[in-house]
Amino acid sequence: MTKLAQWLWGLALLGSTWAALTMGALGLELPSSCREVLWPLPAYLLVSAGCYALGTVGYRVATFQDCEDAARELQSQIQEARADLTRRGLRF
Amino acid sequence: MAALEASRISPRSRREPKGRAPRQDKYSVLLPTYNERENLPLIVWLLVKSFSESGFNYEIIIIDDGSPDGTRDVAEQLEKIYGSDRILLRPREKKLGLGTAYIHGMKHATGNYIIIMDADLSHHPKFIPEFIRKQKEGNFDIVSGTRYKGNGGVYGWDLKRKIISRVANFITQILLRPGASDLTGSFRLYRKEVLQKLIGKCISKGYVFQMEMIVRARQLNYTIGEVPISFVDRVYGESKLGGNEIVSFLKGLLTLFATT
Repeated sequence: MTKLAQWLWGLALLGSTWAALTMGALGLELPSSCREVLWPLPAYLLVSAGCYALGTVGYRVATFQDCEDAARELQSQIQEARADLTRRGLRF
Repeated sequence: MAALEASRISPRSRREPKGRAPRQDKYSVLLPTYNERENLPLIVWLLVKSFSESGFNYEIIIIDDGSPDGTRDVAEQLEKIYGSDRILLRPREKKLGLGTAYIHGMKHATGNYIIIMDADLSHHPKFIPEFIRKQKEGNFDIVSGTRYKGNGGVYGWDLKRKIISRVANFITQILLRPGASDLTGSFRLYRKEVLQKLIGKCISKGYVFQMEMIVRARQLNYTIGEVPISFVDRVYGESKLGGNEIVSFLKGLLTLFATT
């Protein structure tokens, strides 16, 4: 099953469960406190997902490592390499 | 280190070729080049240094796509300096794709492991012994360098570039759940037969090609290990990440999402 198919299945399953429960289609009479929570649940989950995404990306950008040492090391190795290669006869 | 291990060990990965003792392992480095006259001697020098110091057996295959700047001439000089058993020149007439460059290079590779990397000094050969050790440690089919985990990182990216990178990676992880943290990276070690099999299955280009390789590898239950690497981008200043590339990345990502 492709990832897209998995997502569609998952959404269809959750969506139909939610619809069935909120519209009382299965003949289940849930207490009104349950229904009050259930009804806005998709919107709530969407907003939470958005916040999670923003938070995660923000955190990852903030902690993105800047490899200053690597850049410096590369620079000095480039000098070393050029000197060594010239000694061995390379014409740049 | 344990946190970086791939989550699945499959029977396939225990199938080491019989009779090949570890000291007979040979690593073929594929270097596709286009206009890398300045960088090629430096990357080769660093590769030779890294392999000599770690003692692993190696060869470097330079696949130049008819560079007009004299890359081939420099490659020939390097072959004279280091010997034609270490430096193999396998050029092509004009600029063809990366996938075909790998196929071309592999035809001439005598190693049982293939290392792919960029020739512009953004990937440092000092990580190759770490890749090799990681591969042996977990008997992985693929070892991928990651900029996003452990002490991996990037030098030379501004905030905008970092944001784009993290957002793209986040969307990719959510949609594809690939089992590897850095999908667009191209610094990897593959078992030769694994790379051959994967290239046969991949159809995309550019960034997406590298992503597709990992996705197909997951489909085929190959095991993937990761090693944090530092990526020193000296090219970004000249070639900003344009809208075109972002669009083609998203198209490629959605295609993979819908077809794998």
